[in-house]
Order: sequence, then C-alpha cells, then structure tokens
Amino acid sequence: MSGANPYKVSIGLETHVQLKTRSKIWCACPNTFGSDPNTDVCPICLGYPGSMPVLNAEAVKLTVMAGLLLGCRINHYSKFDRKSYFYPDMPKNYQISQYDQPLCTGGSVPIEVDGKPKVIRIHRIHLEEDVAKNNHFETASGVDFNRAGTPLMEIVSEPDIASADEAFAFLQALKQMLVYGGITDGNLEQGNIRCDINCSVRPDTQTTLGTKTEIKNMNTFKGVHRSLTYEIKRQIEVCEQGGKIMQETRRWDDARGVTTAMRSKEYAHDYRYFPEPDLMPVVLDDAQIDEWRTALPEMPQARRTRFITDFGLPAYDADVLVADKPIADFFEATLAAGASPKAASNWVMTELLRMLGEQEWSVSEARITPTMLADILRLLDEGKINNPAAKTIFSVCFTEGGDPRAIMEARGLAQVSDEGALDRWVQAAITANPKSVADYQAGKKAALQFLMGQVMRASQGKANPPKVMQALKAQLDG
Amino acid sequence: MHAQLPTVATLPQLLANGQTTTRSVVDTLSAAIESRNPVLNAYLSWDGAEAARWAQEVDAQSVANRPLLAGVPIGIKDVLNVQGQPCGCASLILEKYVSPYDATAVARLRQAGALPFGRLNMDEFAMGSSNENSAYGPARNPWNAGYVTGGSSGGSAAAVAGGMAVAALGTDTGGSIRQPAAFCGCVGLKPSYGRVSRYGLTAFASSLDQIGPLTQSVEDAAILLQVIAGHDPLDSTSLDRPVPDYRAALSGDLAGMRLGLPREYFTDGVDPQVTWAVRAAIEECRKLGAEIVDVDLPHTRYAVATYYIIATAEASANLARFDGVRYGARESGQDPIDSYGRTRARYFGPEVKRRIILGTFVLSSGYYDAYYLRAQKVRTLIRRDFEAAFQQCDALLAPVAPTTAYPLGERVDDPLQMYLGDIFTVTANLAGICGLSVPCGFSDNGLPVGLQVLGPAFREETILRVGHAYEQATDWHHGLPPVCAEDGGQ
Repeated sequence: MSGANPYKVSIGLETHVQLKTRSKIWCACPNTFGSDPNTDVCPICLGYPGSMPVLNAEAVKLTVMAGLLLGCRINHYSKFDRKSYFYPDMPKNYQISQYDQPLCTGGSVPIEVDGKPKVIRIHRIHLEEDVAKNNHFETASGVDFNRAGTPLMEIVSEPDIASADEAFAFLQALKQMLVYGGITDGNLEQGNIRCDINCSVRPDTQTTLGTKTEIKNMNTFKGVHRSLTYEIKRQIEVCEQGGKIMQETRRWDDARGVTTAMRSKEYAHDYRYFPEPDLMPVVLDDAQIDEWRTALPEMPQARRTRFITDFGLPAYDADVLVADKPIADFFEATLAAGASPKAASNWVMTELLRMLGEQEWSVSEARITPTMLADILRLLDEGKINNPAAKTIFSVCFTEGGDPRAIMEARGLAQVSDEGALDRWVQAAITANPKSVADYQAGKKAALQFLMGQVMRASQGKANPPKVMQALKAQLDG
Repeated sequence: MHAQLPTVATLPQLLANGQTTTRSVVDTLSAAIESRNPVLNAYLSWDGAEAARWAQEVDAQSVANRPLLAGVPIGIKDVLNVQGQPCGCASLILEKYVSPYDATAVARLRQAGALPFGRLNMDEFAMGSSNENSAYGPARNPWNAGYVTGGSSGGSAAAVAGGMAVAALGTDTGGSIRQPAAFCGCVGLKPSYGRVSRYGLTAFASSLDQIGPLTQSVEDAAILLQVIAGHDPLDSTSLDRPVPDYRAALSGDLAGMRLGLPREYFTDGVDPQVTWAVRAAIEECRKLGAEIVDVDLPHTRYAVATYYIIATAEASANLARFDGVRYGARESGQDPIDSYGRTRARYFGPEVKRRIILGTFVLSSGYYDAYYLRAQKVRTLIRRDFEAAFQQCDALLAPVAPTTAYPLGERVDDPLQMYLGDIFTVTANLAGICGLSVPCGFSDNGLPVGLQVLGPAFREETILRVGHAYEQATDWHHGLPPVCAEDGGQ
C-alpha cells in the first residue's frame, strides 16, 4: 500500500487445517478423503446416543508441533468445550472445540510481499472436530458424515494483515510450514485448508480498529485474495460516502466476484460454550513437549540456508527447490544416491519440474526415483551418454521407470567416442556440405555448429559432442 | 429368598447342585412379568422366547469353570444400549430406535455369562424422581400400586422388589438408583464417578451420571459391581484404578469403623417415620461395633439448586442430538431447523423440555457466570464438605429421601417439590462419591424406608461392608410385597 492511501486495512484470518492423522479425532474411523458417502462412520462420529469421544493423541501431537513451528507458547493445561448450535452438518448439534484454554497461544508467521519482509502474529491455535458435509441435489439434500470428526486445527491470526496480497502470502507461508512439518497434506481441493476472514478499514488517523465484517468458508487462496480485494474496496467506498460499516457475516460469491450480507438469522448464534464433561483436560509436561520439539522436521528457511552453504547452490536454485517439500526431498535423495549438487539441482529444476508441470503430477506420481536420476547423471558424468540421450532416458524413467543403464543399452543410446567412427562421420559431413565448409573458412563460426549438427544426426545422437567438435576443427583448420 | 427368584449370589450354587436350571429361572421370571407387569409396568418390553433359548443353551453347557454370572438374566434400564434391542429412554423421540451397539457395562455382563434381559421403565431420559415422566406411563410401587416407585430407575427398582428381576442395572444422576431402591425396598448402589464406564449410557448429565446395580441383597450389588467396574478405553472419564474384591470386603461386622451422621440430613423437613427408621438403623450399626460421630456438610442447602443448574446445562447439550436426522422420530418442516423444532416439540415430554430450557438459559451469554460458573464453584465447596467429613469417619449414614413413596400424581404439578425430594441424594453425584441404599424399615402405611450409606470416592468396599453388616443383622429385605403374595408368586 502506498503512503498516500488514507485508509488502513486490518485483516485477521481464522485458518482451519485438517490434520494428517490416521484416524478421526474421537473414534477409530479412518481419516481419509474420497470414500463412498457415510462409509467411514461409527456410533461415535454419528453422535449416537450413549457414544463418547476419546481424544486422538496424534491430533494433540500435530497441533503442538504446529505450535512449535509457529513459535507459539504451548500450554501445559488446556481443555475442550462444547459449542452448541443446530445444523444438519453437526451430528451432536454441538461441536467439541477449545474455547478459553487452547493448546497453543502466541507465535508468528514471517511473510514477504514485494521483497518486503513482515511478521504476522498468531493469537492462538486450538483443536476441534470437523463437521459433516452437506450435499445439495436437485430435489433434496444429503449429509455425508465421513468428514464429521476429522481432526481440525484452527489457527487464529492477529489483525496484522494489511492487504489482500499479505493475506495470500500469509496463507502460502503457513501452508508451506505446515506441509513441511508433516502436520497436514495441505490439499486445498480436498478442503484440507479453509479459512474465515475478518476485515476492517479505518482512516489512517484513527488508532482503534474499524468495524469488521466476516467472510466465511473460503477454500482457495485465490478466493481469499479476490474476496478481500473486493471487500476492502467496498468498505472504503462505504466510508468515503459517509456510510457506516455494519458488523456482519458476508458470503463470497465467486461467480459474481462480490461479497453479500448473509441474513442475520444465518449467523446470530449464542454458542453457550461450557467445558466438555466427556473429556479430561489435556495436561502436557515439558519432557513431552521437548520430545515433540526434537521430532520437528527442518523448515524451508533453514533448508534453504543449508542448500546454499552446504551444497553451494545459488540462492535462486535453493528457493525453487525448497518451495515444495517433496521436490526438495527428491533433490536431497538424489545427492544421497551419489549425484553432484549442481547437476542434480539443474535436472530437478528443469526436466523434473517441466515434466511434472506438463503432466500435472506430483512427484509421487512420477515413476522416476532419486536413484534413477543419480544413475543417469553418473552415466553422463562418465561420458557413457551425451545430454540428448540423458534426456531421453530421463523421459523413459519419468513415465515408466526402469534402470537407466539398461534403458541406454536397450535403446542403443551409448555415446560413441571411437575416433575411427567419429572421423568417418566428420569426413562425410564435410564432403556433403562444401558451402558450409567454405563459410566456416571465410570466418563464419556458426557454420561449424551446422556441421556439428550433421555429424550428430548421422550418429543418431550418439556421438560424443566435444570429440566431434575436436575432430571437425582438426579437419577444417588442419 | 425374594419372591421365588434366586439371588445372584445363590444362583451358581443352585445351578451347580442341580436344584434349579437357568430355564426354570427364566420361566419363573417370565411368569412373574406376565402376571405382575400389567399392574407394575416395570418392563417396557422383554423377549421371553429369546431368554428361553438362551437359558437352554446355558443349561446345555458344563457347570464347571463358569464365569461369575453364568445363567443370570439381568434387567436393563431403557437408557442403556444393548445391541439389537430398543433403547428408547422411555421417550417418544426414540420410540422405534434400536441400538447398534452394547454399552460397556452391558458387554461386561455378557462376558461374565449374564443375559441383558428386557427394557426397564424409567423417567424419560432419566429426568424425574417418580417415574411419572415416562412416555409409557409410570412404573408402580410393588408395595402399593397406587404409589410411585421413585425414579428415575423406577422400573429397575419395581422389577427387583416385585420379583420380576434377579437383579437390574440402573443409572444414578442425582439419586436415580438409590431413591427408587429406597421407595421400593431393594438395594441400590451408585458407584463413584469414574468407577463404571458410561460408554453406552445415553447421557443425561455427563459429569453426574453413573451406572449401578439394583439388587435383592448387598452381596448381589457387590458381585455386579465387580463385573461392571473398571477402566474402559472408550470412556475417558473412567479411572484406571484397580478394582478391589468387593465380596471379600463383606465381613459382616462393623468393628473399628467410624460412621458419621451429617447434621444437615437430620432436619425438621424429614418425615418422622423416615427419621425413626434411620435412627433405629444407626443404633443397629452401633451395636455391630461402629462408633457413631456427628459431622457437618455445611453447603448441603445449596445442593439442589447447584444440581439442577449443572444437570440441566449438560442435558441441554446432550439432548441436542435428538433432531430426527440420523435416528428417532422426525417431523418434517420447511427447512432443517424448522423440522428440528417440530420434532422436538412433538416428541419430547414436558419435564424434558423444562430441563432443556432451563439448561439453555443457564448457559446463555450474560447468564453463564451467574448460574453455571457459580454452580461449579459451589460444587467444589460441596466436594470439600465431604472430603472434610471423611477425615472424621469412614462412611456417612443418612436417609435416602425425606419421605417414603408418595401417591401417584401427588407431585406431578409441582416440579419444585419434586426436585427438593432429591436433597439427600444429589450431593453424592455432585461430589463424585459412592452411595448405597439399603432397606431399613417400613412406614405405618407399609411403604419401605431406605438407609443411605455414603462413602469416599472409590471406597465402594467400605459402604458395601456397612450395608451388608446391617442387612445381615436385620430382616427388612425379607419382606414380601403384596403384589408377590397376591398372585402366589407364580
């Protein structure tokens, strides 16, 4: 925002993150996505009479680990509460959440917008259960309870975010940290990360926050950016026209690109929180917290630094590689399999990322392994294959997998360095292209590249390029 | 022996000696139900044919190395889940509901060889002190069918006292086992909070509810507790503490024991006939070797108010799930919320609605601190009262209720009067301690009086020892209710 803008924007995000646990938060049902409706359910997650919740210890561990990643204070004592409201997605018509004593408080997320670093403070992180999913059909609605009872972590930020760009950067940074930490799969299409937005504007001269509006249930980062861009503009316009911002909940209409006020009936809740009598408080001692702290994986910032200092990578390479944890993991595994850092980095950044992009695959979907890439690079390094052959083998490994050496042999991709064979191809090229020879000798260096290409073509790409160059020069300059 | 049905304690020996068979017990049971249930309304449903099949299977098995409850049918209060059986909580909202799973207490009875038998009447969702809040009409007192059984486990008490159950399970949130046991003249035990798993008990007030036995004798209560007590991974509030040998604690004497009389439980508000019977029981305990001391429970007068705030608050959330979407009765509406309103308005009874409204109110924004939070603080004071009292004695003796059973209909229009009758029982639930009701006499009009023995949390063996010694020294529990005599016990 430029200094000339007479309005200050304050945005706070409540980000809901589905945790990567094996089972649901209160029962043994699997925590998976995509099963047939109402198959991953039991009396507990359906809220049957007499059923009781039992807290999934893994969900507590992941929430605390998230808190440690974000530099939160981990509370030694926290508890669960019932949040009451009637809605078909809520099997018990109350949600078990944490009201006044969450697992984590404080903390922060560093972001960078237009090269400017900023720190967004975190207010708290608490653990709760996700609700069921309502599906609406032409003449009826259905409720799928598979999602009911999925462990959900809510990260509440302070209203430190000052623009749509910052909100976007915050969500990206948060997602990267949480995926790095193994806290969530971070899959937006599956609803792993969803957020509610609180947004207010105020004149630059005013010190207290303006009246806020809330935009609920955003499930894409792009949607957050677009809705905030709209909402900020709307609020400023209201102020400019001397109007008053109403404290209300608004809905983002993605198709029309606007936020609209919800009927007050839709959000006027008195949640009647009270302590959940079916669960004991969560009591954590320092030894337990320290154990989880030592289990924390390396964060992207630290990894980036390590890539630069330990492997001598340029900062640009390090940024590209750490942006996506599975990519960085692939890169490091390639080094572990014997490849040199710069070569591995080049191949991951160019060939691997390009082909993944073309196929719209994640690394795990490609058949190539770090060992295969290391083998390809070794063949290249040893002069057994040339660069085009290496790309061909890479491509085969990418889609089908296999042993690079075997692929090289099966496809006759081994490089020819035998001087007799090279001389024959070179001689043939010179004989067949007198004009190019003349051009070269007249000082046109580009003609050499053409002749080089002719030799490579004659060898079906197998000739060793430096040796070809050497032989060509020897013949022409000789 | 009580009305032709054996006790839990004697049955294994009778079966081993060939003096009876499980089939014979089941036949006696079915005949008694068929003869008396039309009057007493203790059972909402039962399956005599299934019980007979089960009995034949049991009888075909060897009597050697049998589990503790082999061949014992146990009546089940309609609030406890038994797989494949109705679990209606005496409410129209769950009229056709069949449970898909066993409560842990029920599963443990099965593992011990028992048969969960029948669905016993109760106040709707265990809310009531007279069983008059059942959607299917009240159970009736075996000693006088014009009188209430007490509640909410009225069906369980009437069945055991009326010779229609060898033993039964009930639940106690504010006296719902002890008070009907006292009104009907049987033994009722409310275990300490966390002693018995609540998994599968359709919750009324989660921080107060406990499952416990209603039996013909204290020894039977000890045996059933032995089976159902202990940690359950499915109930986080069940404590992981060893379960003592309760039967071994039944020494038959009270030598060296110190028993306390809470002054606040012996006041003018108590029916003199109740006071007289309880005083006589205290004298008997002294004779059995106990030292009797006076103690104070100064916050007793706040107990009923505290209880009705906490219990209704929890109930308002616990009963929110009955919306007709996944199970139970449903009324259609313009939208889901409208449908919920219609469903709940039509199928919940008046007392359940009263408590949901009360509970919703005390949790509401602006009222929470004044009611719910304050009640939690008073609850802590009441718990401390008991901790202090148990510094001075091993157990407490008191009346179970200020009166004996009252005529049906007498208090239905005066809920406050009904609530005040819970004064001596709600305290144990608020404090999480254990309590036992043992028959200790009769009023002039022939209705039973109960002696309450209260013990520290997880000291069930202490109160069972007191109750057992008293029971052995008296013969109140041998009395036969008229309903059993009239039909000749057939």
